[in-house]
Amino acid sequence: MALLQISEPGQSPDPHQRRIAVGIDLGTTHSLVASVRNGVAECLPDDDGRVILPSVVRFMPGQGRQIGFDAVQSAASDPVNTIASVKRFMGRGLQDIADRSKLPYEFTASDQGMLSIQTVQGPKSPVEVSAEILATLRYRAEDTFNDDLYGAVITVPAYFDDAQRQATKDAAQLAGLNVLRLINEPTAAAIAYGLDNASEGVYAVFDLGGGTFDISILRLTQGVFEVLSTGGDSALGGDDYDQALADAAMARQPALQAATAEDKTVLKAAARAAKEALTNADAVTLHAALSTGSLSVQISRADFEQATQALTARCITAVRKALRDAQLGKDDVQGVVMVGGSTRMPQIQQAVADFFGQAPLNNLNPDEVVALGAAIQANQLAGNNAAGELLLLDVIPLSLGIETMGGLVERIIPRNQTIPTAMAQDFTTYQDGQTALALHVVQGERDLVQDCRSLARFELRGIPPMAAGAARIRVTFTVDADGLLSVGAKEQISGVEARIDVKPSYGLSDDQIATMLQETFTTAQADMKARALVEARVDADRMLLATRSALAADGQLLSDAERARIDALMATLQAAIQTEQDAKALEDCTQALAKGTEAFAAERMNHSIQKALAGQNIQSM
Amino acid sequence: MISLQANDFELFDVPVQYAQDRAQLDARWKALQREAHPDRFAAEGAAAQRIAMQWSVRINEAYQRLKDPLKRAAYLCELQGAPVQAENNTAMPAAFLMQQMEWRESLEDTNSAQSLEALADEVAAEQRRVQQTLGDLLDVAKDPAQAVGQVRALMFIERFTQEVNAKLDRLT
Repeated sequence: MALLQISEPGQSPDPHQRRIAVGIDLGTTHSLVASVRNGVAECLPDDDGRVILPSVVRFMPGQGRQIGFDAVQSAASDPVNTIASVKRFMGRGLQDIADRSKLPYEFTASDQGMLSIQTVQGPKSPVEVSAEILATLRYRAEDTFNDDLYGAVITVPAYFDDAQRQATKDAAQLAGLNVLRLINEPTAAAIAYGLDNASEGVYAVFDLGGGTFDISILRLTQGVFEVLSTGGDSALGGDDYDQALADAAMARQPALQAATAEDKTVLKAAARAAKEALTNADAVTLHAALSTGSLSVQISRADFEQATQALTARCITAVRKALRDAQLGKDDVQGVVMVGGSTRMPQIQQAVADFFGQAPLNNLNPDEVVALGAAIQANQLAGNNAAGELLLLDVIPLSLGIETMGGLVERIIPRNQTIPTAMAQDFTTYQDGQTALALHVVQGERDLVQDCRSLARFELRGIPPMAAGAARIRVTFTVDADGLLSVGAKEQISGVEARIDVKPSYGLSDDQIATMLQETFTTAQADMKARALVEARVDADRMLLATRSALAADGQLLSDAERARIDALMATLQAAIQTEQDAKALEDCTQALAKGTEAFAAERMNHSIQKALAGQNIQSM
Repeated sequence: MISLQANDFELFDVPVQYAQDRAQLDARWKALQREAHPDRFAAEGAAAQRIAMQWSVRINEAYQRLKDPLKRAAYLCELQGAPVQAENNTAMPAAFLMQQMEWRESLEDTNSAQSLEALADEVAAEQRRVQQTLGDLLDVAKDPAQAVGQVRALMFIERFTQEVNAKLDRLT
């Protein structure tokens, strides 16, 4: 393991010390990790020189698992324990998986409505499976740099709801990653294109991956990426094209059936191979050896287009809607960025070109572009690019609201609102003497609660008895820069309060994560302690660095007494890093410095705002 | 010293009036977010993150209100002592209500995209007229009490516009 760099008290560390930050594209069919090296974003290869890691995890009898290409090899022989496209199950319950019968897995409902997949190693949640993929990429990056990672930016489809984003963050935490930010995949793609090509204007990002389709309308001006609208379909992707092609092929030989789990996997793989071949060939033969007989069908590109016409039309419908939401016409769009391997399909290129009346941009590798953009953003967030002008202003993809009388949704934060944001709405009681109020938080665009996604339920108790309609309950929704929600409710007259971080019914509680972390690192107790201590040291070091740079920039804002107090806290922490052997005690020291610098941080922020205003005044004069 | 308690106009350093330059609002919003967005403080600990979040939320809130003519007008009326109180006061002039009824009837009877577009154009023209009147009342006559009636009219018009658009979405 790399040694931590520790500087003498009062001595500032090397200002050019680089923090290793990576961008991770956690994809449905494959995942990648990228980092900025020598000013250039590049994907990190594995030992065999391959940058792509198939998002496939196989659980083997005992403790073993295979991840990536090895797991893909086993998919046909051990489909039940080989989990592919797990991203489609993230933050989802059993009832959400419509095509369960077509999948080889045995799903079970776990507590809190979340689904699990039954494997030879017991039930595995989608969060655990994703964590295996993320951990593999983390080790790849740590091996490449021979250093610990400072943090990662992880991409999610713009269309992901709160439950899916939370599940992704949980998986990263389980994999031991410090998440700097979740960003939308299309935004990451635009970062990769925007900076490389220095383009300005309105762009559409058309991202057809293995399992999800996203369309985003972005405006790029002077280093600001503004998301005007997002849309798409979180259950539409290349997998569906494979399935449609497989169904079309099976329809030609009605005597055959894909009866077993193995059959389904073999058929899907054959369909995928045929699809990929049809990108360059006009016709191919689709072969699959099924248990009921041998399937062999000649498929032309026209057949394929015909079989998938409805899917392509769904993409274009979503594009129209996103443009309407942005209040733009297709003529306003200066360029269309193509992302995701599925955009290689000729019918997609053609449909996009026909709709926009211009050829789409595809000069970057559509598989890599998201990871590259995430790496650029990670580098910036880690503070390696201080001169960077890049600022991401994101919007919330789906409206957030609360259930009211009669199963109706009262929208509190509308879709496409710029985040971070906080919005409040007042509610009241409907019965005389009512002392508690049940709050049901939902996400979605429909008017009926039953058509929206249920995120959380909580109760506000202890309201003093009043006449119906007299209580004034203010419900506040706060969405942070990652798009994650917390909800508070306060009765204004009595001051009674309740709040909840929306760990939706599908997410994991912190306790569950702690338990899983322990299970994941089933190493000796001593190793666990050592690990906790290393992590506490990294945190302490991070806090010291941050405080030093804050003091260097704005130390003059402090009185001598305040400065002395902070210096003392820093000296204590500095000493603790070197001598303290107990992780908890070191964490407490870090916390003390964090608390002790809170007022200073507030003061600095005010000055930043002042500076921004002053800068504006000079510009406008 | 600017603070989180500053009103929207102070925060954006623009004149306290209805008429606003959208390009200037956009530029200030970006300049302020450039300073205050939590991403700028990703490496600086939880306290800085929390404060950045508060500022960033406050800036977005002000921006949403300032850039929207209806929200801006309602906010300005309230700042100047004439709150709109839309839920308690729905009294509107008879002529306005007549026009609303006519619009609603033609919305129900119309089933072609083309005549819906025509209706949408008519409503948009009325919306611009009311906005113009609002500007005169707030910025020239300095009469927020009178302006409140126009704000309510604008609320009716916006809600109706949404219904027209929803039907257009269904037809196209």
